[in-house]
Amino acid sequence: MPILPKHAHRRKKLGLILLMITGVGVAVGMVTMALKENINLFFSPSQVLAGEAPINHTFRIGGMVRTGSVKRSDKSLDVNFDVTDTAKNLPVVYTGILPDLFREGQGIVAMGKLRDDGVFVASEVLAKHDETYMPPEAAEAIKNAQKMQATLKE
Amino acid sequence: MIPEIGHFALILALCLALVQGTFPIIGAHKGIIGWMELARRAALGQFVFMAIAFIALTHAFIVNDFSLVYVANNSNTALPLQYRISAVWGAHEGSLLLWGFILSIWTIAVAIFSRSLPLDTVARVISVMGLISIGFILFMLLTSNPFDRIPLERIPVDGRDLNPLLQDIGLVMHPPMLYMGYVGFSVAFAFAVAALLGGKLDATWARWSRPWTAIAWVFLTIGIALGSWWAYYELGWGGWWFWDPVENASFMPWIVGTALMHSLAVAEKRNAFKSWTVLLAIFAFSLSLLGTFLVRSGVLTSVHAFATDPARGVFILLFLGVVIGGSLSLYAWRAPTIKSVGEFKLLSRETLLLCNNVLLIVVTATILLGTLYPLLLDALGLGKISVGPPYFNSVFVPITTLLAILMGIGPLARWKSNDPDKFKKQFYIPALISIILGSAFVALVYGDFPLLAVLGVTLAIWIVATIILDLKNKLTHRQNKLVALTSLPRSYYSMTVAHIGIAVFIVGITLTSHYSVERDVRMSQGKSLSLAGYDFKFVGVDKQRGPNYESHIGVVQVSKQGEHIVTMHPEKRYYIVQQNPMTEAAIDAGLFRDIYVSLGEPLPGGEAWAVRLYYKPFIRWIWLGAIIMSIGGLLAATDKRYRVLLKRTARNSADNTAAAKA
Repeated sequence: MPILPKHAHRRKKLGLILLMITGVGVAVGMVTMALKENINLFFSPSQVLAGEAPINHTFRIGGMVRTGSVKRSDKSLDVNFDVTDTAKNLPVVYTGILPDLFREGQGIVAMGKLRDDGVFVASEVLAKHDETYMPPEAAEAIKNAQKMQATLKE
Repeated sequence: MIPEIGHFALILALCLALVQGTFPIIGAHKGIIGWMELARRAALGQFVFMAIAFIALTHAFIVNDFSLVYVANNSNTALPLQYRISAVWGAHEGSLLLWGFILSIWTIAVAIFSRSLPLDTVARVISVMGLISIGFILFMLLTSNPFDRIPLERIPVDGRDLNPLLQDIGLVMHPPMLYMGYVGFSVAFAFAVAALLGGKLDATWARWSRPWTAIAWVFLTIGIALGSWWAYYELGWGGWWFWDPVENASFMPWIVGTALMHSLAVAEKRNAFKSWTVLLAIFAFSLSLLGTFLVRSGVLTSVHAFATDPARGVFILLFLGVVIGGSLSLYAWRAPTIKSVGEFKLLSRETLLLCNNVLLIVVTATILLGTLYPLLLDALGLGKISVGPPYFNSVFVPITTLLAILMGIGPLARWKSNDPDKFKKQFYIPALISIILGSAFVALVYGDFPLLAVLGVTLAIWIVATIILDLKNKLTHRQNKLVALTSLPRSYYSMTVAHIGIAVFIVGITLTSHYSVERDVRMSQGKSLSLAGYDFKFVGVDKQRGPNYESHIGVVQVSKQGEHIVTMHPEKRYYIVQQNPMTEAAIDAGLFRDIYVSLGEPLPGGEAWAVRLYYKPFIRWIWLGAIIMSIGGLLAATDKRYRVLLKRTARNSADNTAAAKA
């Protein structure tokens, strides 16, 4: 065949290069797919209640745990609470042990899915760092909500 | 007074770093011996002053000098002494000082153990390390000075205490070990840059870089393992790796460092892959720098943390730009002159090691992508996203599988070329054995057949089986097997031990991931529960007081088939100054299983608590594997070959000078 190089070692080299290109192509394809499937978007309670968040797809929410909203079940490890960005309250349910720094008035970020009835079912609740710390996403959600309210009043 | 001495010592260290970073490198270029000889002295001086600065800060912590902002923010009179000392590197400023101090230690080590190297090489290497040091000390002095004072009238009576998470032996040891590794790669980096500058990229350069790289790698391995072990017992939810950006930041230099060790072997033995090896040395250190800054600058908690202190952000970007950009430009300029002479066929140890390198780089690239992508999007204002562990697992598992398969094949291949048919045939039996044994183990011990679990165990057995095959090949024609065993080179044993470490590690990960049993339960006083064949009885909770915390201590009795095994005491601590609750899990460790109990919170409705019960099979194997790998690395670093070579070159250069004089 005229297209292929004449020398055997050059053919081998060409083969090796083609193999590497295919390998890299497959790897890039796999990585992009994996990335696409595993990106978790962030929504604030206002956005979720406005219907911007997807149903039955994992995403993250953030805000403050509304004071007086935490209710532990007497029988199981279910816990209900509201996450608020001061404008809107999103009801959240979680089963299990909450992190050490979870408490009312504390900023948290939670990962989970939105149920059809509008309750956010958290699979993971993150409250890290010290008592004065506010997760950046939560802080921004609250800031935006307050800005919105301010413009509404005007 | 003493903090001012520390501050002053830091400034003097900067002056010496400036001398160390300029004169010797220019001297080497122009052939001025006096300037080149400055390298060692400046390095020694810098080391002394960095040590003074470090001791001064440590002293401030020991005597509770809350007039320093850094001490006031990270310590407290009630904090036990060992944690006051480790608090020195508990936050940003102090950890930079530790970094700089460790860099000066490595520089001194290079200065001492390089007697047999040509003077111009030593001068260049030490100079490059001086340049890095300038960057770090400047960063401290300009933006993050640990010796900053609080105005007299506002000095607090007591400090804000160290973050309770950091009050632990694991975190006392973790940062120094990690930094020894990070900074250790600066030696390989400096050797590579020096070689590029001097145009002497030969086997000697590779041979010199090898032990340094190996030692740095050992420290990094231990550092990462310590971090993972700490996360496991201290964070209270039993995970040992979360694919957290902070963890990824330390894992990337480790992977590239591993690739570097393998390609250095080819560079030394076969005089090939040289420019590639230089590139890896640059990457390994660049990723170490990136790791240090990512973790400590606060950029990971939020890109906007960068903006809260713009000076820091700009400095970090500039510094990374200069180091990475500078070294890559130098590489682009000088690398075309490097010629790799060693030729090899398609089926050879060289090709297989090349595959190893390519795979390791692909892993690093995917982790880098997953770590930086969210930051990049956020910085560009394109929304907040996070990349979850499934992404990392889905790329990591297949590539690691390929690596493990190669790990069995590579060591049996000869350099240059192999007969394909013969080479292929020898692997049939080990492959068959490992598949059979792997499947049998999983099926018999656990009674089910998840493919990934079978794959993991099979790969681990494959690695060990091929090692045995290799050993058999090596000993077949030898009369006295024992003598033959002891006469195998140290490098062979170091490789074998490290690979066995990987096998043990794979077993640990596989079995823990598949067969851990975890349950969060509500337990009232006297209630019993069984999990993975163990019975847990919740006896109750006691109250106690520690030095700087109050604590609830649970009592849980564990038994198996009526036989008492252990009484466990999980704790819930409440740190008074920081007002933080902390979970101290109770762990009954074993070679084949851990039992893990941690307290959640008191629940309404009587004496009930939320309790977390875990059964984790083979989890110790993860860290055991890391320890075995480190032993392998240590064997490599202490290979007699390097010392013999040291003496020989020393004698040669002595002969040369004698000859020159005569």
